[in-house]
Amino acid sequence: MTTQSTHTPAHTLFKVLPGAEGAAVTNVAIWFNDQPLTVPGGRSVAAALLAAGVSRFRATPVSGAPRAPFCMMGACFDCLVEIDGVPSRQACMVEVKAGMRIRSQEGARDLPPVSFADAPMENAHGR
Amino acid sequence: MTLTSTAASADKLADVVVVGGGLVGSAVAYGLAREGARVTVLDEDDGGFRASRGNFGLVWIQGKGYGLSPYARWSRSSATRWPQLAQALQQESGIDVALKQPGGFHFCFNDDELAEREKRLSTLRAELGDYPYQMLDAAEVRARIPQVGPAVVGASYTPMDGHVNPLKLLRALHTAMQARGVKLVSGERAARIEAQGHGFVVHGKRGTYRAARVVLAAGLGNRTLAPFVGLHAPVAPNRGQVLVSERVAPFLHYPTLNVRQTDEGSVQFGDSMEEVGFDDFTTTHVLADIARRGVRAFPMLQHVRLVRMWAALRVYSPDGFPIYDQSETHPGAFVVTCHSGVTLAAAHALRVAPWIMGAAMPDELPTFSAQRFEHARELISAH
Repeated sequence: MTTQSTHTPAHTLFKVLPGAEGAAVTNVAIWFNDQPLTVPGGRSVAAALLAAGVSRFRATPVSGAPRAPFCMMGACFDCLVEIDGVPSRQACMVEVKAGMRIRSQEGARDLPPVSFADAPMENAHGR
Repeated sequence: MTLTSTAASADKLADVVVVGGGLVGSAVAYGLAREGARVTVLDEDDGGFRASRGNFGLVWIQGKGYGLSPYARWSRSSATRWPQLAQALQQESGIDVALKQPGGFHFCFNDDELAEREKRLSTLRAELGDYPYQMLDAAEVRARIPQVGPAVVGASYTPMDGHVNPLKLLRALHTAMQARGVKLVSGERAARIEAQGHGFVVHGKRGTYRAARVVLAAGLGNRTLAPFVGLHAPVAPNRGQVLVSERVAPFLHYPTLNVRQTDEGSVQFGDSMEEVGFDDFTTTHVLADIARRGVRAFPMLQHVRLVRMWAALRVYSPDGFPIYDQSETHPGAFVVTCHSGVTLAAAHALRVAPWIMGAAMPDELPTFSAQRFEHARELISAH
């Protein structure tokens, strides 16, 4: 297993399935908590971060306990991160793109200031 | 029947059997245990309608009792006892039910609503005397809650209102009452009640339960159980729908009638009332309307994600007020039923329970006998 970035933890929980090693994967460069990170593309933010060895995605709002993705299918809301300034996004439901600025979701999200209340609604799943 | 050997044949001895393990039955049972009674609580399974798992969590006074001011006094007597209940539950169950009573706001969106609100509260003050409230204009509301939107033209505020976490309340009551020896029988549905000797026998699907006294706190089930012991509980379902958001940083430090932020950060929306029988499903148009009103009050909430929705059935009497009665034909049989099991929890634990054990009936309660519906019943049966 190779480390993909000097800022990436040294191991990942995930191994590539036998036979899939040769599949073409295009790496993309993103930011995670202000650190540059190279991750495999063509998959969700959650899958990409996990493959790159990130295991702490957020802290819960009530107890502050660390959390990582659990269901990987949009049901459990344990993979919440901030993506490009939008808080509490489900990392497993958003495809990773080059240049994304991703931050771990620390506790409850803040509400936007009242003056931003008329900003356009974002598409919840980015598609 | 084949299941006669074990549970079904074992009569359980108690001073009181409480039929219903929701907020009403559990508060009464907890209060009875505080009085030293041996209590058995029969709680239905998840097939029951379980209003206690679906409510909004307000300890709400303002505006209540318009047209029947004893209801305002009764509700307030519970709100003033709520800190005592919350503290006792914390000590006995270790659960903080997150009681906060900072006062509550009712937002108005036009001058007619403001006038109607003032009329309601001034009438209550005239009848009750001590009834603190303030009518606030838009600037005064914004000074206290900066996040309200421009559509809010004013509000009523009373310092009497508050809120709790209703799920923690139910858990705290179950834990505290069992710590005091109450036997909680889960998955038990009472089918009929029989007067026998100087007491009662409740026949459930799993067993029979015998006690000198029986309290009907079965919510919508009271309607069919009451006649077995000479009581009358003409309650019917009234559906409320609720939306809840993801957790957000604390921004709203007061409960309002239709929007509140819970102790753990989620925002709850809801104030719908529908008479749709026993249908406890959600409907999109009602939920959309609830969300629209919430965003009208707090525009920045339009960016907050909603994560769950549900509906629950309020336990409504024909006039919307509670029913408290002891049977005249079967003394020792009581009915306690209402749609504000959170607000009234302290009164149920600390005032209704002593009455059931033989103390005088609380002053406010004679008004709430179901005899007030007798006339209506005769009219209906005459047709």
